[in-house]
Amino acid sequence: MIMGSNMAECHPVAFRWPLKAKTDHGAVLMHVDPRFTRTSALCDIHVPIRAGTDILFLGAIINHVITSRRWNTDPFFKEYVVNYTNAATLVNPDFKDTEDLNGIYSGLSSDGKAYANESWSYQRGPKPTPAVTEAKTFTDLLLERVPGRPKTDPTLKNPHTVFQIIRKHYHRYTPEMVEKVCGCPKKKFLKVAETLLNNSGRDKTSNITYAVGWTQHTVGVQIIRTAAMLQALLGNIGRPGGGVLALRGHATIQGSTDIATLYQSLPGYLNMPDARKNTETFKDYILTEAVPLSTSYWGNFPKFAVSYFKAQYGDAATKENDYGYDYHPKITADHSHLPMFVHMSEGQIKGFFVMGQNPGVGGQNARFQRKALAKLDWMVVRDFYETETSAFWKNSPEIRSGELKSADIKTEVFFLPAAAVAEMEGTFTNTQRLIQQHEKSTDPPGDARSDLWFTYHLGKRLRKLYASSTKDHDWAIKNLYWNYEPEPSEVADYRIKDEPSAYKVLKEINGYTWEDKKPLPTFANLKEDGSTVSGAWIYTGVISEEGVNNARRRRGDNWISPNWGFAWPANRHIMYNRASADLAGKPWSKKKKLVYWDPKAGTWVAPSGDGIDFLPTKAPGSRGKDNGIGFDWLSGNDPFIMRPDGKSWLFAPFGIVDGPMPAHYEPYESPVANLVYRQQANPVAKTWFIEGNPYHKVADPRYPIVISTYRVTEHHLSGTMSRWLPWLAELMPELFCEISPELAAEKGIKNADYMTIETARGEIQARALVTRRMQPFTINGKTVHEVGLPWHWGWQARAEGDVVNNLSVLVADPNVTIHEGKVFTCNVRAGKRGGAA
Amino acid sequence: MKVDRRQFIKISAGAVGTAVIAEAEAFGADTGHIQEEAQKVPIKTGRQVPSVCPYCAVGCGQIVTVDDHGKIIDIQGNPDSPISQGTLCPKGAATYQLVNNDLRITKVRYRAPGSDHWEDKSLDWAMDRVAELTRKTRDANFHEFQDMPDGKGGTVKKRVMNTYAIASLGGATMNNEWNYAHQKLFHALGVVYLENQARI
Amino acid sequence: MAKGMFVDTSICTGCKACQVACKEWNSLPGDPAHFRRVPDRPYRVAFNFTGDSYDNTVKLSATDWRHVRFIEQFNESRSEARWLFSSDSCKHCNDAGCLNACPVKAIVRTDMGNVFVQQDVCIGCKYCIPACPYGVISFSEKTGTVHKCTLCNDRIHNGLGTACAKACPTGSISFGEVADLRKKADARLARLKGLGFEKANIYGYNEAGGLNVFYLFMDRPSVYGQPEAPVVPQQRLMSSTAVTVASAVVVAAAAMISFRERGEKKKEEVKL
Repeated sequence: MIMGSNMAECHPVAFRWPLKAKTDHGAVLMHVDPRFTRTSALCDIHVPIRAGTDILFLGAIINHVITSRRWNTDPFFKEYVVNYTNAATLVNPDFKDTEDLNGIYSGLSSDGKAYANESWSYQRGPKPTPAVTEAKTFTDLLLERVPGRPKTDPTLKNPHTVFQIIRKHYHRYTPEMVEKVCGCPKKKFLKVAETLLNNSGRDKTSNITYAVGWTQHTVGVQIIRTAAMLQALLGNIGRPGGGVLALRGHATIQGSTDIATLYQSLPGYLNMPDARKNTETFKDYILTEAVPLSTSYWGNFPKFAVSYFKAQYGDAATKENDYGYDYHPKITADHSHLPMFVHMSEGQIKGFFVMGQNPGVGGQNARFQRKALAKLDWMVVRDFYETETSAFWKNSPEIRSGELKSADIKTEVFFLPAAAVAEMEGTFTNTQRLIQQHEKSTDPPGDARSDLWFTYHLGKRLRKLYASSTKDHDWAIKNLYWNYEPEPSEVADYRIKDEPSAYKVLKEINGYTWEDKKPLPTFANLKEDGSTVSGAWIYTGVISEEGVNNARRRRGDNWISPNWGFAWPANRHIMYNRASADLAGKPWSKKKKLVYWDPKAGTWVAPSGDGIDFLPTKAPGSRGKDNGIGFDWLSGNDPFIMRPDGKSWLFAPFGIVDGPMPAHYEPYESPVANLVYRQQANPVAKTWFIEGNPYHKVADPRYPIVISTYRVTEHHLSGTMSRWLPWLAELMPELFCEISPELAAEKGIKNADYMTIETARGEIQARALVTRRMQPFTINGKTVHEVGLPWHWGWQARAEGDVVNNLSVLVADPNVTIHEGKVFTCNVRAGKRGGAA
Repeated sequence: MKVDRRQFIKISAGAVGTAVIAEAEAFGADTGHIQEEAQKVPIKTGRQVPSVCPYCAVGCGQIVTVDDHGKIIDIQGNPDSPISQGTLCPKGAATYQLVNNDLRITKVRYRAPGSDHWEDKSLDWAMDRVAELTRKTRDANFHEFQDMPDGKGGTVKKRVMNTYAIASLGGATMNNEWNYAHQKLFHALGVVYLENQARI
Repeated sequence: MAKGMFVDTSICTGCKACQVACKEWNSLPGDPAHFRRVPDRPYRVAFNFTGDSYDNTVKLSATDWRHVRFIEQFNESRSEARWLFSSDSCKHCNDAGCLNACPVKAIVRTDMGNVFVQQDVCIGCKYCIPACPYGVISFSEKTGTVHKCTLCNDRIHNGLGTACAKACPTGSISFGEVADLRKKADARLARLKGLGFEKANIYGYNEAGGLNVFYLFMDRPSVYGQPEAPVVPQQRLMSSTAVTVASAVVVAAAAMISFRERGEKKKEEVKL
């Protein structure tokens, strides 16, 4: 099932594989999407649903599955769900569901802006006697604090079991409700639910694939969770052909999340030190971050954290100074993209680096973001072409309209040309966590340099400027371990002789022993005593020994291809793959064999060559130690080793800020009232009530039409890598708006003519593409129209069009601050903006 | 676009690059035969360098062909890749034009405050100036401590070691190595407005 | 042993990778007709939006040797909903109208069965243009000659497949021996018929003496803009197939020599 993704258009080569499954193996492909796209055209069925109703649709599948005869009689489902998920776990009796509180969960603060999650917690047995009496190490601190085991009821009958809570939570998510809220015929819904159910089990697995069609919502994280819950209930996680697959958008969007250039994360998914929590000292940081997860593989957190800090400051990082922790910055709020521009508009941000991104087109409420740029003192842009962001002061719509004047904009702008991928060496991590090396083929032209060159040489200059400082706040930059000078052989063939060594950086990411600089083959080698460094522990193994870069391996096979690149962690391609075997460690079926227990050898084996995502010697059925941490605590039947109970979470006792289970909320801007609960939208969604960012009210008669923004095959994102290319510009030359003939007739809009799309944030013009691929929905008896706009265009380049994001608004998911670009409201009319024909 | 590949084809007729052979092998052809045939109809050839597509996150394999002057003359799918098996989408297939494009900027450009035009500057000058501005802005806006809510309605002074005056955006189109080095440097400067496209 | 392509439109996603891969390999620019000057801009900007589904390049031309068609088949209630895609190019007909119409033998058939325009021989008389029942062959004002798909003459003579087939993400375009491709097409057609797609058909077994580039369509050929009964001029005059094929081998060697010299001429390259 492809949902929240237009796979054939946005990931065309990945779509090769489901299509092959269809043509060669009879797989059924289903596309659930408001629009009929090139993906729908190739699927067996297309199921149209109103944008923003995904949780209801998926929740109804959950309800259908757990009340079905097959699910309740086939022992496979029970064995998987009772043992590998937290279905049997008992939740705090104080927990109140949305069914009890009409759309909100227990724990909502009095101002309604945030949840406290105490009532969502597990019921636990008594705390074990600690394994240590005196804590000498960080690990000992964790051992002192191991909680009691969660209480369970394997019969699933107890009303406080997660299973019973879910059953009750989704019992009103029926096919009839789907028809009423999603506007999707009951019959089509049932076809999807039945297909997924019938193609899951011992011999078969089903896959769910999504992309930003699910993330760009005020309930984005919860949509994805609903899918994950469904897959866990169907026994489709950790098994070949199963899973919830995220199709990500940029070449190393995965790598830049793993090795985060993101405000809240250090590399390897260690949380940033955060002054809102108790992370004052290094010990506080470790206790705050690691204690709640210590009974998972995260029990090794102290080793990962120490190795990270040691990698930053090298010799200067010692046990005595807590490895330099005190000099590392702490976050104090949400500093992500949207708040960044809000604070930029307020003048808080003075200097700005924009590297390979084009917020002047791609940013939400782009007019707001462009105007914020004018408040900067200086801005550095690195790119191939003169992006809209880099030229905002010159010819933006705000300059053309006279709203801003070049002469008044004091921003000093630097455009530094960037090297292309083919002109530099380095690694990308693709959407399946596969790290792949690309080689340098030639020097970049002129002043163009690799991004690494820029940051390395900026760092060298800054370190010189701060070399003589004795101030505390300059300690980090002064003591930064910053030595990536190339070996002569690395630059011998090239004009650019000061290109830093990408290999040396990757080696540091991988990790090595500080003393003798020998690469570490696995993260199991990491230490908490400062003897090892590792920039991002999850990547350990990519440089398994000196000179051996596993990202460079290029031997594929017809399946897992373990010798093509390197999949983090530890070359594991299918995560949690212990779940591909049953309780006894036997494959669920011959067809779905992947990882299983070899009783003679006393280890888990994977003949395909896939990495085993489990402790190889931990026998199925073996009990965990109640007072242990990490793998000691986990049992031989706990496949989900990154969860502190070893189970797949159908119910999230913590970690999700907007509820332990997903509930249907309407998008923040919606033409209809929530028909499921009294609560209209996500109560804790992030909003910015500031000038220049007005919201539309629910069912606002001025903006009755639903709008989605998206991409097409022929262009890439904000267009920086496609609109300047004649070969791509001519394929999709101009901005267009997809609109149904029904709405077009109502508004007098003709195909290929200009039309105007308007929101309280702005108005834009686009060519009309009138097509029956768009359809009106009937929601509770009322017609709801949708229009769609790809957002690739801007005022620069060989293919031009208005900036679609001038229409969108700053509003976001509360967990990850991803904007709601997939659904908001607008109005449309015939003719060009400003009233011309 | 400027095409001098044909000239190159003429020069190098008969010399078949290794990746062309690899590609032919993957295609099931007899490569001995191919070298013989290559004498007859020239084909663009050169040094073949394995690469990865710069566009989406599928990670299709590419082979970049470079001529003797270090010019990229062709970018094709890599048939060995188990992900893409030599195929590419229209964007991946257009990578050659991303690199060789008359609109590509190869000189440093500078826009002075209040100006309505770009001017050319040297790379060295720009790097020095950016480093100087970074230091100035940081030093004028650095916080060692900040009052944070104590959870009881009051505030408590906490060590934060950060600056809100500098922000960095972008990273998902750059290498992992860059992402690592950049977060390292910017954290050392105390930058917390550090973001990339992961939220787009 | 003719080489050709089988285009299985039932698995085409309309991504246009074939169009770009063709331009990349064959050094074809963006079509000048798709771009125009705009005020205050030192370069041309595309203006060829058509409103015809996702098709903005419309037809084959001297710089577009491939073209993907988009056919939307939806009824008012959307109970019938189909979006068909088909990537079109030169069919490399066995009865090639263009080849026979050429007065100077600039258009030749090589030993691999592909129909090839020798740029240095072509005199730009355009006789071949009306002789092609598919509207494939196009005249370029820039070069004063005609252009069309070569079946990647250089690639196929070096053991490679065509650039479009290689790039095609779903395998909708496959390159190979025509006889093998026919077997593949027959099997695919049988499978689709078995699944209830009764209108599915193969286009190109008999048309124009058999097409070396042939198609599996999900609807009538005319739906895809292909003539249901293409008429090649020489079919009205004589059955020249045998003559054409016999002469092909002789001409092939000459073709290759000419091809090499084409390197000197770069007239058709257009700077955008």
